[in-house]
Amino acid sequence: MTIDMTQFLQTFYEESFEGLDVMESELLNLDVGAADEETINTIFRAAHSIKGGSGTFGLTAVAEYTHVMETLLDEMRDGRRQVTQESVDVLLRSVDVLRGMLTALRDEEDLDSQSIGESQKELDVLLASGGDAVVSGTTAAQSTDQVQQSEEKNTGWKISFSPHINMLKTGNDTVRMLRELAELGEMELTANVENIPDFSELDPEESHMRWNIHLSGDVTEEQIREIFEWVDDECDLELQPIKSAPATDTEKQPEAAPATTERRSSADRRSGDRRKASSESASIRVSIDKVDELINTVGELVITQSMLGQFGEAEEFTPEHIEKLRDGLGQLERYTRELQESVMRIRMLPISFVFQRFPRLVHDLSGKLNKQIELKMSGEGTELDKTVMEKIGDPLVHLVRNSIDHGIEMPDVRKQNGKSEMGVVHLNAYHQGGNIVIEITDDGAGLNREKILNKAIKSGLVSESDQLTDEQIDDLVFHPGLSTADEVSDISGRGVGMDVVRKNIRSLGGAVDVKSMPGKGSTFSIRLPLTLAILDGQLVTVGDETYIVPLVSIVESIQVKQADVNLINGRGEVYKLRDEYIPVVRLYHMFGNKPQSTTLDDGLLVVVEAEGQKMALYVDDLQGQQQVVIKSLETNFKKVEGISGATILGDGTVALILDISGLVLLNKIAGVPDLSVVDSDIEAA
Amino acid sequence: MTDIAQTVGNTDIMTDGDESHQQYLTFILAGEEYGVDILRVQEIKGWDTVTQIPNTPEYIRGVINLRGTIVPIIDMRVRFGLEDLGYGPTTVVIVLKVNSDDKSRIMGIVVDGVSDVYNMPDEEIKPSPDFGSAVDTDFVKGLATVNEKMVIVLDIDHMCNSDELSNIDSATN
Repeated sequence: MTIDMTQFLQTFYEESFEGLDVMESELLNLDVGAADEETINTIFRAAHSIKGGSGTFGLTAVAEYTHVMETLLDEMRDGRRQVTQESVDVLLRSVDVLRGMLTALRDEEDLDSQSIGESQKELDVLLASGGDAVVSGTTAAQSTDQVQQSEEKNTGWKISFSPHINMLKTGNDTVRMLRELAELGEMELTANVENIPDFSELDPEESHMRWNIHLSGDVTEEQIREIFEWVDDECDLELQPIKSAPATDTEKQPEAAPATTERRSSADRRSGDRRKASSESASIRVSIDKVDELINTVGELVITQSMLGQFGEAEEFTPEHIEKLRDGLGQLERYTRELQESVMRIRMLPISFVFQRFPRLVHDLSGKLNKQIELKMSGEGTELDKTVMEKIGDPLVHLVRNSIDHGIEMPDVRKQNGKSEMGVVHLNAYHQGGNIVIEITDDGAGLNREKILNKAIKSGLVSESDQLTDEQIDDLVFHPGLSTADEVSDISGRGVGMDVVRKNIRSLGGAVDVKSMPGKGSTFSIRLPLTLAILDGQLVTVGDETYIVPLVSIVESIQVKQADVNLINGRGEVYKLRDEYIPVVRLYHMFGNKPQSTTLDDGLLVVVEAEGQKMALYVDDLQGQQQVVIKSLETNFKKVEGISGATILGDGTVALILDISGLVLLNKIAGVPDLSVVDSDIEAA
Repeated sequence: MTDIAQTVGNTDIMTDGDESHQQYLTFILAGEEYGVDILRVQEIKGWDTVTQIPNTPEYIRGVINLRGTIVPIIDMRVRFGLEDLGYGPTTVVIVLKVNSDDKSRIMGIVVDGVSDVYNMPDEEIKPSPDFGSAVDTDFVKGLATVNEKMVIVLDIDHMCNSDELSNIDSATN
């Protein structure tokens, strides 16, 4: 009976990464000196499952490494070792190393043996130190125990193994364990069956047997314990060594080593085969509630469908039928919308997945910068699309780093200003309309407007005569090349960050802005669409074609007279909208199709904004607004300039979605065509 | 989509043992008969209006909605530089599965009409003579004679991955 373990490997990696996240956040929760037992237990459990899992999959390096961590945690759990800042830091670092190891194994890369070695040494040193407070007899006794073990050669063990009644229900197989045990040496087995109830009362899922095992051969206690590792707390296990006269057991050692390496290399090979498939199929966990909801809706939909189906079978179509048909169609519409919503919800995950990395970040940064910072988080349960989530992580990290580095002042400065020494960074998320809003608030010094303005003037971004409002000055921080930090640190300050943040958020169809109060702090708020799969669009027509303009990029739509539009150099059309001159771009020029009319009076101008630029698109007509499902053109074709995707309209035809920032660029590259030439070409065609 | 892929996959298995005996679907284009590997054909549908894609070569007629998937349509007459006669009642779109680099794409080709399905052993497909630069034989896998008629067997992967159709652009973006 062989099971293909590789199919579980992917799950193991996913669970291990989750476990590492848990360990990290719980380690940060540990109060140095007065550690909560439950917290240590949680960390221990996470480490334990990683160790167990990696052992099962033959990832010896991981298992061995985790074992050391586990030993350390075990001592903490039993109160034999005090939780010190030092040990927490070492453990945090080892979590990083472990994450690196697992990532490398998953991607079939080489392990970073140097950092693993270093970290292992660190752990060993810590372990050997036995904790600063409790250099109790236990550790000392243990180590002498080990010494004795290696000196005395065991001829075997007497094992008494009594599984608890529920052990089988947790998925453990006694036969497997006994078989493994038999592999270690010669085994004599006596089963104790006196507790087995009568057949009529027998529940096959309960375990009533006990075993007395006599295992002879050169076996260490550890090897035996490892087999029963999974059922540690679900059975009573007694081990009694049968000792003979001391002898050297060096002969055994070299034999054991090659065996393990071999096992590992074969496991590596196997994981390599899986890798290609796994990297393509990322999985998400969906709560059972969401699935139930989906099933309910589908059930309702099926009922509605069968109800509507009856009309097709009816021999005659009577007026009463119309009423029922109308009802049925109404229901169909409702359930379809519900189904759509619940399917979308499957992709939604709580934002805590992003937030959970921040405690560690704040912990590390505050230590590095000697600042005291408290991180508050609220609205972690707010859900947003998985794709958006994956992309928002880095911009958020940047903003939080920025708040800590630039926003929060040093403790002494804070004290002077009458603030508490502990600075507060607050992460908040909530839904507003069809958007999710994420706010990063700090109670630091706020933006230094004078400095920003000076810098902007120096770099020629604004001229000295410009009268800028406070908001406009604040907004300058998102400009490339502006950093107000006095010193460039490895945390932030190179001035390449904030513009990238804004660019990334805009590429997700969102916006970021900042509000700041001098001396009180600043708030960065990010507004993002809940999903990337659906977009609010304005349908416009040019000739026979329908295009969709994302509603977020539309400023306004206006009807103009040809006379209101001026020509620059006889070609470039500009329209004066209030106090701004906006270039007019005729979509039919760009897309080379035939419009209904080439005179501006007959059509409409849709003023759009992207990349900080406004542009007036000339279209024939505006249709309705509607939510459209975004379909990729790239799946079967390729990216087209100026088009971000396609969608399917109610009548089944395809409409292209305009990529406004792409159009702005396209317009710059293509230059302005000679109107009269192009238009006469079109009319001739 | 997956259903189709699976069906195609299954037929692959069925014919595995008989690889030298492939079936080809042939279509007519300006009087000549062209053949494509039948296992690549997903469906054949009538010509319908397409949505034009701006700034693409003329032979890319546009995209259609094939049960929720956006599929590009290529006009073979324009592609081969033949006279564009417009579309008639026999004009059809053959929807093909095209393999490119690491993924497979769905594309449609517009042809004058479909003709027949032939069994053609591999050894009967002879390489096409070299016309130099006068005739582009890049997309031709070979020539075969069936019932005393010549069939031009096309290499659709090559044909649908060259020039403007290659997906290199999308990969870099």
